[in-house]
This record gives sequence, structure tokens and C-alpha cells, in this order.
Amino acid sequence: MSGFRIARGGLIDRSANLNFKFDGKSFTGHQGDTLASALIANGVHLMGRSFKYHRPRGVISAGASEPNALVELREGARREANTRATIVELYDGLTAQSQNRWPSLENDFLAINSLASSIFVAGFYYKTFMWPKSFWEKIYEPLIRKAAGLGTASKEADPDTYEKAYAHCDLLVIGSGPSGLMAARTAARSGARVILADEGSALGGSLLFENEEIDGTTGSTFAQAVISELASMPNVTLMPRTTIFGWFDGNIFGGLERVNDHVAVPPPFEPRQRYWRVHAKRAVLAAGAEERPLVFGGNDVPGVMLASAMRHYANRYGAAAGKSISVFTNNASAQRTAVDLQAHGINIAAVVDTRKNGKIINVKGGKSVKSVSLADGSHFECDAVAMSGGWSPIVNLMCHRGAKPIWNETIAAFTPPDMGSQFTAIGSASGKMLLSECLRGGIAAGTFKGKTPPTPKCRDEAFAIQPFWWVKESTGKAFIDYQNDATAKDLPLANREGYGHVELAKRYTTTGMATDQGKLGNVNAIAILAEAAGKSISEMGTTTFRPMYTPVSFGAFAGPFTGHHFQPVRKTPLHEWCVEQGAVFVETGLWMRSSWFPKAGEDWLTSASREVKATRANVGLCDVSTLGKIDIQGKDAGTFLDKIYCNTFSTLSIGKARYGLMLREDGVVFDDGTTSRLADDHYLMTTTTANAARVMSHIEFCHQALWPEMDVQYVSVTEQWAQMAIAGPKSRATLQKIVDSFTLNDETTPYLVAKDITILGGLTARLFRISFSGEHAYELAVPADHGNMVARAIMQAGQEFGIVPYGVEALSIMRIEKGHVAGGELNGTTTAGDLGLGKMMSTKKDFIGRMMATREGMVDAARQCVVGIKPVDKTMKIRSGGHLLNQNDKPSMANDQGYICSVAWSPMLNMWLGLALLSNGRARHGEVVKVFDGLRGHHYLGEICDPVHFDPKNERLHA
Amino acid sequence: MKYSVFSLLKNAFSGHKNWQAAWRNPDPKPEYDIIIVGGGGHGLATAYYLAKEHGLKNIAVLEKSWLGSGNIGRNTTIIRSNYLLPGNNPFYELSMKLWEGLEQDFNFNAMVSQRGVLNLCHTDAQRDAFARRGNGMRIDGVDAELLDAHAVREMYPYFDFENPRFPIKGGLLQRRGGTVRHDAVAWGFARGANMRGVDVIQGCEVQGITIENGKVVGVQTSRGSIKCKKLALCAAGHSSEVASMAGLKLPIESHVLQAFVSEGLKPFIDGVVTFGAGHFYVSQSDKGGLVFGGDLDGYNSYARRGNLPMVEHVVEAGVAMIPAISRVRTLRSWGGVMDMSMDGSPIIDKTSVHGLYLNAGWCYGGFKATPASGFCYAHLIAKDEPHKVATAYRLDRFRRGLMLDEKGQGATPNLH
Amino acid sequence: MLIPCPHCGTRPVEEFTFLGDATVIRPTSLEPSSMDDWMDYVYLRDNPRGNYAEYVQHSGGCRAWLVVTRNTGTHEVHSAVAAKAMKAKP
Repeated sequence: MSGFRIARGGLIDRSANLNFKFDGKSFTGHQGDTLASALIANGVHLMGRSFKYHRPRGVISAGASEPNALVELREGARREANTRATIVELYDGLTAQSQNRWPSLENDFLAINSLASSIFVAGFYYKTFMWPKSFWEKIYEPLIRKAAGLGTASKEADPDTYEKAYAHCDLLVIGSGPSGLMAARTAARSGARVILADEGSALGGSLLFENEEIDGTTGSTFAQAVISELASMPNVTLMPRTTIFGWFDGNIFGGLERVNDHVAVPPPFEPRQRYWRVHAKRAVLAAGAEERPLVFGGNDVPGVMLASAMRHYANRYGAAAGKSISVFTNNASAQRTAVDLQAHGINIAAVVDTRKNGKIINVKGGKSVKSVSLADGSHFECDAVAMSGGWSPIVNLMCHRGAKPIWNETIAAFTPPDMGSQFTAIGSASGKMLLSECLRGGIAAGTFKGKTPPTPKCRDEAFAIQPFWWVKESTGKAFIDYQNDATAKDLPLANREGYGHVELAKRYTTTGMATDQGKLGNVNAIAILAEAAGKSISEMGTTTFRPMYTPVSFGAFAGPFTGHHFQPVRKTPLHEWCVEQGAVFVETGLWMRSSWFPKAGEDWLTSASREVKATRANVGLCDVSTLGKIDIQGKDAGTFLDKIYCNTFSTLSIGKARYGLMLREDGVVFDDGTTSRLADDHYLMTTTTANAARVMSHIEFCHQALWPEMDVQYVSVTEQWAQMAIAGPKSRATLQKIVDSFTLNDETTPYLVAKDITILGGLTARLFRISFSGEHAYELAVPADHGNMVARAIMQAGQEFGIVPYGVEALSIMRIEKGHVAGGELNGTTTAGDLGLGKMMSTKKDFIGRMMATREGMVDAARQCVVGIKPVDKTMKIRSGGHLLNQNDKPSMANDQGYICSVAWSPMLNMWLGLALLSNGRARHGEVVKVFDGLRGHHYLGEICDPVHFDPKNERLHA
Repeated sequence: MKYSVFSLLKNAFSGHKNWQAAWRNPDPKPEYDIIIVGGGGHGLATAYYLAKEHGLKNIAVLEKSWLGSGNIGRNTTIIRSNYLLPGNNPFYELSMKLWEGLEQDFNFNAMVSQRGVLNLCHTDAQRDAFARRGNGMRIDGVDAELLDAHAVREMYPYFDFENPRFPIKGGLLQRRGGTVRHDAVAWGFARGANMRGVDVIQGCEVQGITIENGKVVGVQTSRGSIKCKKLALCAAGHSSEVASMAGLKLPIESHVLQAFVSEGLKPFIDGVVTFGAGHFYVSQSDKGGLVFGGDLDGYNSYARRGNLPMVEHVVEAGVAMIPAISRVRTLRSWGGVMDMSMDGSPIIDKTSVHGLYLNAGWCYGGFKATPASGFCYAHLIAKDEPHKVATAYRLDRFRRGLMLDEKGQGATPNLH
Repeated sequence: MLIPCPHCGTRPVEEFTFLGDATVIRPTSLEPSSMDDWMDYVYLRDNPRGNYAEYVQHSGGCRAWLVVTRNTGTHEVHSAVAAKAMKAKP
């Protein structure tokens, strides 16, 4: 093949030379070229290799459906595999590499696969590679995996950025050809908010390359006038370079705008691509129609192209596919290629029309077309072949919500289903093959009210087709799916073997599963399969059309929500104070919690141990603001809480706090926390950090859906309060220094008191005498904005007592020492009984989970319940996740007795200890069990004990 | 015809014109001993094992659409036996063992590929949960390894280990986990069942179940009434609809799960990896596409398609885990209808109707279970007692309070 | 998918959290004999293909629990009513 640049014409800027490289070789193109058009103009036709046989391949289309001319575009971290050369806008400095070849595109070693093609038929791999058994994983599959795939993706982080955006409109017009332009203009003139999106770099669709005559001028001049008018209207948004890739529920469309793919590197602060969600009151599909290849021997030789693509390259880009062309068609439209190319001075070697019994049976040539041989025995020398097997309306989007397209005999194509008035197809996307019908359909679709405006006058090219699907006389391979190397013969084979349903044939032959998703080949495949199966095309039907219409980068879907912005960061009101104190933070859900507060040279364990000892010896301050806080008010607040919690809150005295346990309706423990009664009709609930949002939602559900008659209101106040635990023997003395005008003692602030107070000379605060550490302790809540200041004041007040900040690590050590359950034990499968809290379940009232908690399996004595565990060898470290076995049992799931849920190094007891869930555990305190930790190769003996390891009589709490 | 390299060569010489159909296309007979409703992976596997293990022949599999058109044809192809609970993992390990010998067993290359399943962890609590899970596997002789961040980095150096939100701290690896060519599983079982005399009947929709005196006697279908002695439901996402024909209400909701494939790439990721800080898992097919997925859309659905928010959610997690994936393109998305049970675990059991059996509730774990599901269901149907690794999959476990809740989410199907 | 929140107007699906069947009724009896009703309420679902009334919370908006009527076969949303208002009706 010998493409060249036509001397004049086209929509390229011949004064702007752009240098680019393909496979290391330098070329020059012009502004307005695509990579494909520039390569054609430079005489390059070999652009890729096919998937299975590594056949040499050239460009076949001029747009999104391209299966062959796929390249790795750009280099390094910006390398993109499988980029269609047909849609890459040329820019200066562009670099591209061919794919799936070794060592070079010209000489590809795996082209030897072609020699074995008589074995490599559809589904061959299901029938072999099974013997000997071990060879599949060791030899066959690694070879197959290495050979598979097309381009190579970069493994470096993408340096570019992406955006997400949302748009709303009265009318979304998808495609800017004649029908789309008319729809947009008509709607826009009536004042509707219009979005006109087109995947192309320029608006105009087929008017950019077809020789048309509208309103007494050329199609492209007409288009320019319409586009200029639309551009001037404030109610119109023009979106070139934007592919609408999917149609979703609620008439929402997904769009991909290639903002900066046409430049080497996006300008500063601009995204590479922008992902759109467009909500359209109405949308019209004006995406046009796709020309189909014909199926004949050698229909994949570089230089065989779609007829429309050939004239597209010549008319729009001034790129001629060859000097002498054969045209092969089954319909009238290819005549335009002959006429247009002749006008450019290109020789038409032959026009072979199946409607006149003409058939090309084989194309001669390996890496380029040499000649064609016809069924009648004649031969024509030529360097390119233009083929047209008819036109398929681009129905994809209209079938994305499950509907199937409808076969139309007259135009031999599938046309869109009727999806109602929200989304309609117009123009050739609806099977209208005449320009006047396209213009008229566009105007009708754009008419929102009143009379339909008149249709511009135009010249129509008559369309007629006689379906012709497969030149069976061909001796060479006749391809259906170019990229995947599925040939016409594969389909009858699939049918013969039982895979005759269109979906089975697709999967068995891989037809339609390549990067073009069968845009070119599927209708041919369906027709040939239908014939083999003795069915009509309509009976055979299509496979399922699914998003994306064309592939969408991960980056665009992710937008900015990656890396640091993958999830929002929640900081507590005391974050600043924690930073001042040198906290190391840990991610807890979205929260950043202070984990430990190391002094110079301390690792986490040294730091946490010191924090525990200092707290238990003197006093410590911990940020507990992440606990969920829900303010609950109303006449029925108490009885409402009685429904939510398994224990009773309506009887709680005002000014007191109580530990509460809530179950799910299935009787399993949901959450726990301390809830206080601040007034007769006012409670403050606390939840665990992890379940704060779910508990809030649960409360809202219980009231609104179950007991709306109750007089109760609730609001999350988690973020309104900074909350601090002040724990340790000197906590009272420390607090005394900041509270206003009252003395802290067991009368004013007994255990479990909850009261509103003022501190530091009039600041609002809430004081709770509660303890998670087991120490004499308080929690102090202050309005969030005062948090840091109050924490600093407490530190100052406690300085004389040796106060330390402590983090969640120390908190966790202390709760394990005390046998308090937390996340490791509240795992969504434990019952109140499992946690040793069975007695909390009231028998005097209905509450969420009450009935289901009585089922036999929920009260079985053999259930795993919380126990303490410590290593028999007290010098030994134990870890979470070890399983427990009876001493004499062999390891097996059947013998499994439970597992270790939480462990800690206890600085108070100088050993590792933990909490475990053990079958019938409460009866087994004192028993020695085998701990199986095969993951870490560690098996040892553990002693089961009461979960309360430290201060078993709770003396410190009341000290 | 036995498939082998020799049969392939022989047929190559005759232009592949002599291949026989992999299965017959029979019309339904008036009566069968056993009718299986659903020609998906589980139904076909059940028929295969009924014929092969129990010598039963007079069996029909009724498929309303085409063979394997349900979830066997639309999953993300992962196999693993890394479950947590004693009631679950022995079953999944049986499945793994069956996978390991499946191709030789049914003489069809389903490309069972044990390239490893790695679950990443990002917090101490996740690592502890993995330790519990991994030891539960090891205690039963199932392979499991707990990796630290360094070991994960050796395998996948281009992951984002320093992700400022959720750094990768390690992972749980099951090297025997991997992927299988999903469609081929349906085809292999169908062919094997057909060879053993089972009627695999496509395009035959069950529209009613005939019960007389509390006993199943037949079905009404789009191709007429068919009598049977035993009726085995195997309808995955459509289980509730089919069961309702027998007056049964199930502890199941149908939800849509989306999955995705990228354009084909040269080797990018070797094994299966799941992100622990978001809903994303990925593997690469033998054809080169990255096959990935995430979480349910969240709403009950029979529509086999989802919406954009979940697409974005999944891909965000993907890019957070592998920043280089950003320039890879998503080629296609699709949806399957999941039979989400109330505790996230399946049901293989008899029902209150005599002769009516139920296999359902697979959530999105059905594919990996295919061989064991068929094996155990066949055992139940043939012997009227559960197979020993499937004794926990009873329908009455909800009433008895013996739920198998791997995730600890309770009776909320869309959270499992 | 879009849901017409009675308080906030039509909003995108990701603002909502789906819980499930809104036709189940929580039993009031605590007698062991009522266990069948409780099983129905907690575990058994009609799970219809077609029109379906479900509890949905506008968790990313007004936080109201709604009863949404939607077709599970087509995803077409027919109505959304505040659960509280629904309950208030006899």
C-alpha cells in the first residue's frame, strides 16, 4: 500500500507541521490530522498485529470502532496501551509504539501462530493443554498469558489529574452530524437548555467528510454556520471530544470529555479528562451509523478499509489510502468513495458489487494489498480495497438498559428499540439513510413546542442494499472479529458444537469481545451464525449491549478521589492538641485518632506502656471525641431508649449515666456505650466510634418506621463536643483545679454521675464519672471549639501530678487488662450472653432483638463466650488470631474451640494477656488450652481465666 | 468424543467439520426422576455429579434461557477457600479440591489457574481478623500465609504502599486460590452430564410447580408439563420467584452486583488481589483483560445492570490501590442478580414440600462453590441427607439461631 | 437512578441508603408462639420482581426514612413517601 498526502483540500492546516514518532521513526503531519491519517499520508499502513495469529494489520476505520490500529501512546508514566490511532489527534512531539509484536512490527515472531491456525480454531484451548496435569500451570498457561493481551500498561503512577462534573439539561444531543445539529438548533432556538456532545475533535459528524449539499452550500459550510449559531447561544453547551458512553437509570448519561488528550501534557491545573454525569430531561441519539466490513478472504490485509473511512481520510485529512483502489460493496453508499477518490485523482481499479454478482474472493498481499481476485476469475492490481457491507445504526446507548434492537430487513440492519419519549433516536442512528430524513428527524426531535420549523433543502444519495454476508468461495481467511482473529468459519463450527446461541457463540469464538466490542463485526457474525443455525437474523438476535460505548480510563471514573483524597479525613476537635503533644495518629474509619504519644526514642509499645503506667499511677488525658454522641429528647425519650437498648433507661435517674447494650433485631449485639439522663425528657447517648453512623441511622429508623407515635427527637452531636477522658488516681485532683465553684467528691460526683457544669470561669461543660480504663476516671465534654484550650488547661492543671496524654493504644491495653469488650469482641456475631452481659437483657419489656435472642442457637451453652487468656509461659508473647484447641486434640476445624480476639502487653502485670472467645468458656476458667497459630508457626499453651485480668474487685474505680 | 491434542489434530485435517455437538439439544421427555431448575453452573454440576457419583441417569436440567446465562456467565472467575467459619470453609475447601482435579475429571480445559488470592489489610484490626481467618484455614490443613507489607511489596511493587489514607500493612495470601475460565465450567459440566445421559434442555422456562398431597409431582414449563419424582431448584438470583411457585418464601433478596473488564493488556497483575480499604478486587484473565469488581449497588434488583455511583466507587478504590491503573481503560461493565441470603451463607437443603430441594443464597460467592455445590446438592438429592461438609447449610438455621454470618452484619442482605 | 425525596426533591441514588422490604410488619407479641411472625419479619422476604415497596433513608440529605416504590425489574421509581407519614395513615 502506498498512501500519500493529497495536494489540496481537507480540514487540516497544511501550514502547521507536526513532528511525531511511530516505532521510533520520525514523521511529519499537520494540525487537524489524527495519528492514523498522518501515518496513511506518510505511506504507513502496517500499524498493528492481531491478537491470536499476529497477522499484520492496518487501519480499517476512521473512528471509535477501530480494532486494528491500536498503539501505545506516549511514554513512561503517561504510556497508554491500546489507544486507537484513529481518534488520537496529532500533536507535535507525539510518540507511539506498535503493540503485541516481538521483536518488531515488521517481523513478528509469533506470526508463526498463523501456521498453526488450522489447530487454533474457535475454542481449541478448551480441548487441549490438559495433559499432563501439571503442565497447564507450569508451562502452557504462563506461555499463553505472556502472549495474551495487546498493549503494555505503565506501572508508574499516573502523573495527570482528572475531574468529575455534573450537568443538567432539557435536551442532550448525542452526535453532531446533520440530525444532531438540527435537533440542537431547533431546541436551542426555542429556549431549551441544550447540550450537544460529540466524540470527535470537531463538531459536524459526517458533514466533516461527506460531500453534501444543504441549503445551497456544502455540508461542512452549513455545519459551520449551525455550530457558530449554537456557540453564540447562552442556553447551549457544546461538548466536542466528549463521548457519551452509557445510559443509566433516571435518564442519566455518562460522558467522558478528553480535555487534554490532544496535547503532550495537560497545562498546569487542567485535568487530562473529565467524567460527566449528565441528567437530561430528554435525550436524542444522533450517533450515526457504522459501516460494516464485508467478509472475504484477506479482508484484513493492510490497505483493506471501510469505504467510508477511505473517503473520510481523503476528504477530511487529505490522506489517500492508495493510488489505485478496488471497491467492494453490497450497497449503494460505496459509490461515494469511488466518486470522491476519483475527484482526488485516485485510480479506481474496480468496483465490485455483490448486487451485480461481483465478488472479491481473495486479497493478495501480506503486509500490503497487491491485488484482488474475483469470483469470475478476473484479477485487478490495486494497493487498497474499500469495502462496504452495509450500515449499522449505532444503537448501543439505547440498549444499555436492557432492551434489544430490532432487525430491519429493508436496510439490513438492527435499529434502536422504542424507549419512550425520554430517549429517542434520529437520523442514521435510527436507520434513516437519506440526508433529508436526518435533517427532518433532527428538527422534529428538537421541537419542544409549537409548529415544526421547515427542513433545509438538501441533495439525497439514494440508498439500497442487498445483504451479502460471506464470500464462501474465499480460500484465504475471512475475518469477522479482526482484533480477536475470529473468522467466518468459526461461527458454523460453534453452531455445530452446540454453541449456536448468539451469546454462546460470542463466548466460544470470542467474537465481539475485543476492545471494539464487536462494533464492526457483530452483525456479520450474527448473520453467518443465523444461516448456520437455520434461523433468521431477527430470531438469532444480538448479544447484550453494555456500557462503555468506548472504553473509559480508570482515572476519569476515579476523578480526584484517589491517594490522599480517596476518603475524607475526619479530625477530632482535639487534633491540634494531639499534634502539640507529639501524637502518632492511626486511621480509624475516616477518623485520625491519636494512637500513642512517644517521647524521644520510644517505640509504640514503650510509649503506650509508659502512658498506661503513668495513668494508673497518677493521671492521664485521652481524646475520646470520636465516640458517637446522640442527643435524644422528648416526652417519650426514656421509653424509646427502652426499645433501643436491651436494658432499661426510662428508670435512670436524672443526672446519672448507665452502660447500655443494644442488639440488632436478630438478637446479636449491635453496639454499646454509656447513656446519660440530663433531664426528664433529655438523654445523651454515646456509641462506639465504629458504629456511630449506623446507630444514628438505626434510631432514625426505629422512630420513623416502627414507632412514629412516640414523642422523641434525636440529633447527632458527635462533632459538636470535644470529649476527654481524665483517668487515674489523681484525676479528681486535676479536675478540681478547673471546675468552677464546687468540690469534687463522692457526694457531688459519685460514680456514674452526669452533670452540666462550668469550668475555667464560666465555660460550658458536661462531666461524667465513668471509666473505660478501670481507674477512678471522668469524661469531660466541652463545645468543640473549646476543646484544645481546655485540654491544654487540664494538662497544666495536672502537671504537678505527672499527667500524661495517652492514646488509643494505651486505652486498648487498659481495657484488655480490665476485660472490657470492644471491637474484637463486638464482631457482629456475639450475643449479650457471649460477652458475659446476658443479665442486662430485660425480661420486662419489648426491645429490638429480644425475641430472636431466645432462639436455641443463641443461648446454647456451647457458644463461644468471652474469657481471659494468658500464656502459661509468662515470658511469652501471644497474638490475636490464634485458635484454641483442647490440649489433647489434633488441629482441625472440627476440634476448634475458639480464638484469641484481643491481646496486649500489660505493663501492670508484666506479661502478655488477652481476651478470647471460647466454647463454653465461662465454665473453663483455669483450664489450659493449646493455642494454634500456624500462620506464624507458633503453638503454645494458654491458660483460660476471668476476662478481668487487673484489679478484679474494681477497687481502683471507686478509689 | 474425548478432547485432546490428538482429537484436535485429527479434526484439523478434516477442516473441523466432524466435531460433534458438546451436548444434545433434546426435547423434554414427559417424565424424569429428577428435574433440576436452572442450567447454570450449580445446576449443571449437580446433574453431572448425580450421574457420575450416584449413577442416576433419568435427569433433566431445565434452563429458561441459554446454557450458563446466569451468574456462571457473568462473574469475576475467582476461586478460593479462605472462609472464616467452621460451617463454611470445609465446604469451600472441598470445592477447591474438586477444582484442582476438575479438568481431567470432565475432560474440558476450564483453565483452572492457581495464581494466588491476596487480601490486603490496612489496620491492626484487619490484620487480627486475617490472623483468625488464616489460622482457621491452617488448622484444617488449608494453605494460608500472613504477609507483611514488605512481602506484599515484593509481589506487587507498583501498588501504593504509602497511600496517605490507608497504607498497606500486609495481607492474607492463599496461593491455591486463583481463577477459572467461568463459561468453560458450565460447558464442561454440561458436556459431562450430557455424555452420561442427562437431558440439558435450553429455552425451557419453569412456570409452575405441581404439588399433590404435599409432594412435588412435576413442573409446568414453556414447553409443556413435565412430571418428576424430585425437583431440585438451582435458580440463584431467581430462587425466590421459583420457590414462590411452590408457596415458599425464602430468607433471600435479589441484588445486583456489577463487574467490569478492562481492555486487554500484557501481563499486569499476576494473582487476584482485594483492596482492604475500599471495595475493589482485580485479577487478569488469560486473554489479558483486568477483571474487577466491588460491592453491590445496594438496592433489590432483577435487572442485571447497575448504575454509575458504584462504578465510580469501585474505580476510585482501584486507583487508590494501584495508581498506575489510572490510564488503563474500562471496556465493559455488566451486572448479575445475586441471591443474597440473610446471613451471607448459602442454603443446600430439603424443603417443607416433599421431593422439593433448594440450592440458593450464594450471595456473590457462588462461582467458587460451583463444583462443591453440585457435589453436595447431588448427595442430598440422591441420599436425602446432607453431605458432611454442607451440614450447616440448612434452611432451619435461621429459626434455630445458627446463622453463618461471615461478616457479622446480621439479617441485612445488602451488607453481606 | 434518581429518587424524588419528598423533602429535598429529586436526588441521585448515592445519597440514599437502602434497607429492604417495607411491607414487613414488626410483631408486637413476645409470646414464644409468635416466633413464626418474628421469623417472617426478620428473615423471610417476598423479594418480588416488579413493584416493590422498600425502606430507603435519605442518609446524605434530610435523613428521613422513606418508603420508595420502585420496580426491581426496570429500576423505575414510582414514588417516595416519608415513612413517618405513611405510618400515620390508618
